[in-house]
Amino acid sequence: MAVNYGSRRSVVGAHYGTRDWLAQRATALLMAVFTIIVLASVLFSRGPVSYESWAGIFHPQWMKMLTFATILGLIYHVWVGMRDVLMDYVKPVGIRLALQILVIVWLAGCAGWAIQVLWRV
Amino acid sequence: MTELAKKRPEFRNINALTDLPTYRMPVAAWVSILHRISGVLMFVLLPFIIWMFDTSVSSEISNAKFRHFFNDGALGVVAKLVALALIWAYLHHFIAGLRHVWMDVSHKAVAKAAGAASAKFTLVASLVLTVALGAKLFGVY
Repeated sequence: MAVNYGSRRSVVGAHYGTRDWLAQRATALLMAVFTIIVLASVLFSRGPVSYESWAGIFHPQWMKMLTFATILGLIYHVWVGMRDVLMDYVKPVGIRLALQILVIVWLAGCAGWAIQVLWRV
Repeated sequence: MTELAKKRPEFRNINALTDLPTYRMPVAAWVSILHRISGVLMFVLLPFIIWMFDTSVSSEISNAKFRHFFNDGALGVVAKLVALALIWAYLHHFIAGLRHVWMDVSHKAVAKAAGAASAKFTLVASLVLTVALGAKLFGVY
């Protein structure tokens, strides 16, 4: 990665948000793919949705990998979104920083729980 | 103090309580603010979503608890209404998000008329799907 500190620090340009913008799209598409796969698995399972058929969706290793990646993508997506919301509406820096930290703690906790559940199946 | 470091005047002439309700919001503005509201709603209810994933998928016993929770009198109805709000939020956020991606890759999509049309589609499609899934949730069919 290019040096971005000291005398080489980039202090101009509007590209700071581009990475987040792109990440927002990439993670959104990942979640969309995940949604369609889960939805299709439920719709094309025969008979009423039982515990076995529902839990069975998350049994294959590739589905665990996809779900794991989707959880990480979701967390990053929510972080970018909540950061945007907080930057727009919460102007006092101290309160905004405190809320941003709360968002990160909240999301880290949720990610841990979801990942734990995934490997319990 | 240099010219740059001087505090620049800040104009804040929008009052959220007196001005915003008088605004005539175009349909795309409704999609935009609802995209935000639905996103924040899902963020706040994330533990409930993971709890549903947890109890429904962990074991047969927890799955039975999950089913019982949503069919247990008044609390079950409240739980279903919260789930329905999440269903709407997801659908709206999903369709409005696809609209964003489409607008990123197509010049036609950002034309004024096309933008209004896709915004209308977003609102209507998410509501129709919410009603259909809500009817299923409450056992209409």
